[in-house]
Amino acid sequence: MKPRTRRLLNFWSLFTGPALWWGTVLLVPYLMMLAISFYTRQFPFHVPDFQFGNYVTLIADSQYFTVLLRSLWIALAVSVTTFCLSYPLAYFLAFKVRSNRLRLFLYTAAIVPLWVSYLLRAYTWKTILGSEGILNSFLMWIGIISEPSTIFLYNQGAMVVTMAYIFTPFMVMPIYASLEKIPRSLIEASKDLGAPRFTTFRKITLPLSMPGVLAGFTFTFGLSIGDFISPILVGGPYSNMIANVVATQFGMAMNWPLGSALGVVLLVIVLGIITASDKLERIGRINLG
Amino acid sequence: MATVTLHDAGTRKKPIDAGTTGLGVAALCVLAFLYTPIATLIVFSFNSNSITRLPLEDFTFDWYTRALGNPDLMTAVWNSVFVGVSAVMICLAIGIPTALALDRHDFPGKTVFRRLVILPITLPGLITGVSMLTFFRSVGVDLSIWTVIIGHGTALTAIVVTNVFARLQRFDRRIEEASADLGARPWQTFRHVTLPNIRSAIIGSSLISFTLSFDEIPVTFFLTGRDNTLPMYIWSVIRRGITPEINAVGTIIVIVSITLILISVFMMHRENDRAGPVRPAR
Amino acid sequence: MTSILELHHLSKIFRGGVVAVDDLSLDIREGEFLTMLGPSGCGKTTTLRMIGGFEYPDAGSVMLDGRDITNDPPYSRPVNMMFQDFALFPHMTAEENIGYGLKIAGVGKTPTAERVRAMLDMIELPGMGARFPSELSVGQQQRVALARALVNNPRILLLDEPMSALDAKLKESMQVELRHIHDRVGITFVMVTHDQTEAMIMSDRIMVMHAGRIEQIGTPTDLYDHPRTAYVAEFLGASNMIPATIRRDGGDVVACAGSMTVRLDRNTGDSGTRSLFMRPEKIRLVPRESEAGDGSSTFSGTVKELFFSGNMVRIDLDVGAERPVIVHRQLDTELAAAGLPGVGDIVTCAVNPEALKLFDTAEVAAMKAEEAAA
Repeated sequence: MKPRTRRLLNFWSLFTGPALWWGTVLLVPYLMMLAISFYTRQFPFHVPDFQFGNYVTLIADSQYFTVLLRSLWIALAVSVTTFCLSYPLAYFLAFKVRSNRLRLFLYTAAIVPLWVSYLLRAYTWKTILGSEGILNSFLMWIGIISEPSTIFLYNQGAMVVTMAYIFTPFMVMPIYASLEKIPRSLIEASKDLGAPRFTTFRKITLPLSMPGVLAGFTFTFGLSIGDFISPILVGGPYSNMIANVVATQFGMAMNWPLGSALGVVLLVIVLGIITASDKLERIGRINLG
Repeated sequence: MATVTLHDAGTRKKPIDAGTTGLGVAALCVLAFLYTPIATLIVFSFNSNSITRLPLEDFTFDWYTRALGNPDLMTAVWNSVFVGVSAVMICLAIGIPTALALDRHDFPGKTVFRRLVILPITLPGLITGVSMLTFFRSVGVDLSIWTVIIGHGTALTAIVVTNVFARLQRFDRRIEEASADLGARPWQTFRHVTLPNIRSAIIGSSLISFTLSFDEIPVTFFLTGRDNTLPMYIWSVIRRGITPEINAVGTIIVIVSITLILISVFMMHRENDRAGPVRPAR
Repeated sequence: MTSILELHHLSKIFRGGVVAVDDLSLDIREGEFLTMLGPSGCGKTTTLRMIGGFEYPDAGSVMLDGRDITNDPPYSRPVNMMFQDFALFPHMTAEENIGYGLKIAGVGKTPTAERVRAMLDMIELPGMGARFPSELSVGQQQRVALARALVNNPRILLLDEPMSALDAKLKESMQVELRHIHDRVGITFVMVTHDQTEAMIMSDRIMVMHAGRIEQIGTPTDLYDHPRTAYVAEFLGASNMIPATIRRDGGDVVACAGSMTVRLDRNTGDSGTRSLFMRPEKIRLVPRESEAGDGSSTFSGTVKELFFSGNMVRIDLDVGAERPVIVHRQLDTELAAAGLPGVGDIVTCAVNPEALKLFDTAEVAAMKAEEAAA
């Protein structure tokens, strides 16, 4: 047998199964969603078609357009919040904790919540912020308020807090990794050249940790824009996100074409952000040599 | 004088300044923010207060006994275990050959294929969920626990692929050449040499996949039939209202998943350590 | 002597068009210790890997005992390899590593254990079988790798830079030991190295490779004393390559460089400017203005610099040529009695025409340029 033939045989014995599997359960379904987004809705279901009506609806119908804008806004708010929470933590871990073991312990502590049930983490905020919840009862107990307040739960603020809480580890991880990689000599060199601490941070540390920050933003943005659990649990009436609308269209509303179109939009947004951050990171890398 | 100053500088501890202190306090606050909700969950699972509110009342195991005595809940737990184990099997059966093919072979469309494979963990789970729903409905498959298993298998195989692939990339290919040189056919080399050296990556990623499957909502939400998984059961309960029973279940989940994850992290670290010193430094 | 392995017009081109091996033909003799010598990138490792079955040639064939094995996979060739950095199985003990080939071949437990024990004795590591590679020193790892490769009694043992992981001291003793093991087991050894001393100490024959081709093949002394190309002359040992003018002087052919004029072999038919090759240790220091007899020519030069390296001294002599003439002299009692020359002294040297060779200046220049680029 020729080496080439042997190699080919080897490859296909390995790859036939995966190729069939990935094709059937991943590629075909994604393509189907894309196809259905061009279908026309017709009672009781939909009929094959090729028209852009569903996409037009998403932009023309203010109901959907508002949701789209709101989703982007909430995802951005969540990303910025997690960034504000994560950067000081990651910076402290990377530069200020001198003991390696303590650093490893604290870092593990910061990312372990990631593995604690997502649903439960969202749910605990409901129990904390609710009108009969811990925050209210605590405030009443110490006498700041006399009546349970409803301002904590069921609004966009609650949603941002909950999602920021859930996704913080996704921001801490990449930022910490990029801070950790910065050679200490660079920072010392900057100090040695007489730069004040904040200048060193602004000119050296922050730019060098940008890849991590970008990765963190990509993660949190993508995750929060695709979340439909937190909005239902803590978001209240005016907090529908794209993901909720998709879920509704595939559920009660039974409008798959519209749901698919929204799904495609969501997919494009997420892939767009990943691609953009990838490009930005690459440009950054060139600048840093 | 000069030597004294030098000596001084060497032994004196750096003074801790206000900036560092502020940063430390901020870091601790963030950690507190991360753990308060989990602590709440655990504390209230042992509290007799039937509404999660302060002040605390009596210590009790009641919620645990109730949870364990709840047949719907227990069925959901077993469904989740079944789904998790089956999904992990799929992940391994598909993920290991995929990782091997990506590591060892060049083929047309490899870059695209690689992106496709990790899409389920890059995209929101909801997209994978609805597209698979579309697929199953279109080919006339009824939703059941099996569609959930296939869904989890698809969504989580990327975990096995990325972990095993990363391990294979650091793997010294010459030990496979050595095995072939000593007469081993490809499958013998895989069994005796490759597999033992990627075993912990496989076990580690299996544990992670299982944990994620046990907690999975976005895909399950669209693909589930009559049989609830645990998260779906919890979801249906907490949408109606809050019950401390969920706190008890939550506490158990927290403990089990943290244990599984720590084991898997430990496994992966241990292997890296062992693979290290065998190659002589060059 | 019968040949065990024949390479016929072997070529290998890597992706990107790099020609690693270029139309290489070679006969390897049964039982010999052959070394492929050359700098990195000369194609020696690729050739070795094609013999082992880890690479396949784009053209040509590999014949083992008269059978075409060009396209056979490694596992069906009775050829074993000792890998650079050893490639021991990290998850197996020394014993399991050595016994692996037997296990795969389906040899039973008891004979395997016996054979492994015998191998452990041969490599002088009795009782160390239960250790993992990470618990062995580099030298011990190397022995285990050797035993693992020999356990199946291969027709040919391939050795890929076997000494590169060892420190200088260990290297020296292992070179001798490996040579002894070769003589004892009677298996054909084919080694790849970039270390010319190692090649000369260990091999029956050396094949010097350059840019995917064989530059010269022969016994170590043959290559050292009669290099066919400037490349081989420079690669093995130290050498003087001095641009010189060749002319006829009566019945003699002489080479002139600066104040130096040396007689060449009578039948050297050259003229014009050539590179004069002399081994530094073939140049003798003689008493001033003496006639060396035995047909040697003498020349004088000013000592420019002296370098000591323990048992030897290197003397750089200025003879007014483009570069100094390097002379190596053993620091023996004779020299001690005569007294070492000092910097600035004028000394007289003698060199026999047999020790002189001429190479093309263009060839030498091209080689130097390549060296500088590497």
